[in-house]
Amino acid sequence: MSKNKKPAPDTKIEKIEVEPVNKGAKNAPLYVAHKKIFSKMAKGKFRNFKTFMLMFTLSIYFITPWLRWDRGEYAPDQFILLDIANRRFYLAFLEIWPQEFYYVAGLLLMAGVGLFLATSAVGRAWCGYSCPQTVWTDLFMFVDRFVEGDRNARIKLDKAPWSANKLFKRGIKHFIWILISVFTGITFTLYFADAPQLFVDIITLQAPSVAYATIAVLTGTTYAFAGIMREQLCIYMCPWPRIQGAMLDEHSLTVTYNDWRGENRGKNSKKLAAQGKIVGDCIDCDLCVAVCPTGIDIRDGMQLECITCGLCIDACNGVMDKIGKERGLISYTTFNYYNENMDIATSGAYTHDGTPTHEAIEAIDISKVRDSKTGKLKPEFKHTNWRELFRVRTILYLTVWALIGIAMLLSLTFRSPLDVNVLRDRNPRFVMLSDGSVRNGYDVKILNMTPIYRNVELSVEGLPDAKMILGGSSEEATDKLALELEPDRVLPIRLYIKVDPEDVKPGRTDFILNVNNIANDEAASAKAIFEAPEK
Amino acid sequence: MSKKEIDEITGTETTGHEWDGIKELNTPLPRWWLWIFYACIVWAIGYMIAMPAWPLINGATKGVLGYASRANVVTDIEKAKDAQQVFLTKIDETEVGDIVKDEELARFARAGGSSAFKVNCVQCHGAGAQGFAGYPNLNDDEWIWGGTIDEIYITIAHGARDNADDDTHISEMPAYGADELLEKDEIISVANYVVSISGGEADAALIGNGAEIFLDNCAACHGEKAEGVAELGGPALNNAIWLYQGGIEAITTQINAPKHGVMPAWRTKLSDATVKQLAVYVHSLGGGE
Repeated sequence: MSKNKKPAPDTKIEKIEVEPVNKGAKNAPLYVAHKKIFSKMAKGKFRNFKTFMLMFTLSIYFITPWLRWDRGEYAPDQFILLDIANRRFYLAFLEIWPQEFYYVAGLLLMAGVGLFLATSAVGRAWCGYSCPQTVWTDLFMFVDRFVEGDRNARIKLDKAPWSANKLFKRGIKHFIWILISVFTGITFTLYFADAPQLFVDIITLQAPSVAYATIAVLTGTTYAFAGIMREQLCIYMCPWPRIQGAMLDEHSLTVTYNDWRGENRGKNSKKLAAQGKIVGDCIDCDLCVAVCPTGIDIRDGMQLECITCGLCIDACNGVMDKIGKERGLISYTTFNYYNENMDIATSGAYTHDGTPTHEAIEAIDISKVRDSKTGKLKPEFKHTNWRELFRVRTILYLTVWALIGIAMLLSLTFRSPLDVNVLRDRNPRFVMLSDGSVRNGYDVKILNMTPIYRNVELSVEGLPDAKMILGGSSEEATDKLALELEPDRVLPIRLYIKVDPEDVKPGRTDFILNVNNIANDEAASAKAIFEAPEK
Repeated sequence: MSKKEIDEITGTETTGHEWDGIKELNTPLPRWWLWIFYACIVWAIGYMIAMPAWPLINGATKGVLGYASRANVVTDIEKAKDAQQVFLTKIDETEVGDIVKDEELARFARAGGSSAFKVNCVQCHGAGAQGFAGYPNLNDDEWIWGGTIDEIYITIAHGARDNADDDTHISEMPAYGADELLEKDEIISVANYVVSISGGEADAALIGNGAEIFLDNCAACHGEKAEGVAELGGPALNNAIWLYQGGIEAITTQINAPKHGVMPAWRTKLSDATVKQLAVYVHSLGGGE
């Protein structure tokens, strides 16, 4: 009804022939053939953000193995290295040993809770921007556009009979896809060995066969997932849409078509208005469907297929700009805001069930939506407030997430790179020696988790006059034992502790075995038990 | 069912079954699924021919490939034995006392000795080699027949008081009471003396007499200071370790009618390499000299 203000608006907007893959009105069978999706390039802030995330995450993936970190001559100098053969994980100044795997468990916990946090706050943001499937698919789509052109050109090429040109373009496209896939695979293996060396080995066919097998698998999956399967992986294979769907609530941000101002939609709004119908902002240009990477129509409501990448928002905002309407016909909003606005638009007749029903749309009163004098949206309508992000649920997730992080950080900060484990002999529990003294045997492991040689001293606390001697040693037993630890190694020793007859306490005595670095105050200790005859 | 009934809404054939107006659709299986199913059937037939499959009364069909998991075990054992043979040959060629000089060989010998010990020795000496009354503890620092690797090797190889072996250790303590070599009070005096020199409480009045009787009768085998004589198999009596039991009563019993342990000569039962490994292992238990 207010369209007469705009200077010949509709001519500027590209009309698109597109049908969503899961058109709501159709009673589609469960088992359907795959429909090809030719998504159109969107322009706008969400596209820019998506491109930024694409470059950011891919940079992390491809550059990280090449970063160096000096750890001295006895340890590798790679910033991140998962050394499976030697069972070590290096990350910057950290060196994690297999028994410290709980740090990895902690990281996984943080990732899990972080995902809960992100989902309850900003919906499926992970799916839309940073999931590897999304990132690599997006990258492959850039290749599509670079080689074959945008949507229309690609559809044309797809429909065209096989020709030299089509063969050439398809060949180039698949070649670049495979190239990216191979580099993805190679990069993955570089996390597990010295990157420069392994890279040269791979190129010169000197690398171990497991590296080539890994590259082959990663190449295959990257090519298949990002090139061929794309959104089908999200829709049919990934459990996350189902889990995330269950974690969304009425406060979560989702990409929403605001039908309270969009309906009734029409390609020819003037004609509809002349017929006396209520005409909304949606001009039914289908651009939102055309740009969608999963090929759906967001106007059918929130769907499992929607990865909330916001490209339809970009597309629609562009159209709204052109026809001189406010942006945000499609927007990131919460179900609560949508409901409130729907309430206002329908004067309370809306049923709150979230699906755009015919009845709800019929109930929309356009005079409530738009000021007939200024042609602007009425101020009562609420825009999503970012403070909505902070509520009990998200703050709780954030707290849990931060607590795990702080606990890990503290334990990492105060962890000793020196450790000792003691395993007492169970049989015999003790040995009586000829001079009447009692001897216990222990298997002791001293862990030097630093890439330097260390000199340590063993001492016993809580066991008066205890003397120590190494298994197989012919020297006299002494109060303290000096040992040299090799860098980055475990030193297993057979330790005998002997107590003279006059000092022997009957039964079990708890004591502490201390390991002290001679050069500084680094120390580690382990509780142990000394056993003697009962009387 | 002579005529196909097509469901109006889905356009799919029905099975003809109907429950309260609800009809069952006869949706065909996806083609890819069906082909995998057929492929599995073909594979199963081939597998039954190629591999052991059909159970018979005695065993099962062999299969044309002749695969048997038992045969794999035999091969694995042979492979492991081949891998061990390198070390065993080396042990055969090395003097028993020199085995510990080669760190790798010593580790192999200790491991091999440990497993041989568990099969052959634990019955008398205990799982931790801790011994029992009459069976010596091998962890401590008293050795009746000597505690160097060489001496331990000889003891294991030839045994003690094993009449079948010419080189076996032999020592026979006279039955001083039963054969009436000493009077009852003399025996009690010696017992008191022995207890006193091993750190126990004894009757001070009897010790002097006991010491004289000890020098005359016992020192030849147990040593003048009762420090033991390994060559003769006379155990040390001046310490806290007792093969049978300490205390006046038990010592008196032993002097009266001594018990003697027997250990078989293992060289006839085990290979020389195994005996060498046992010697290295026993020596490593903490009491080796």
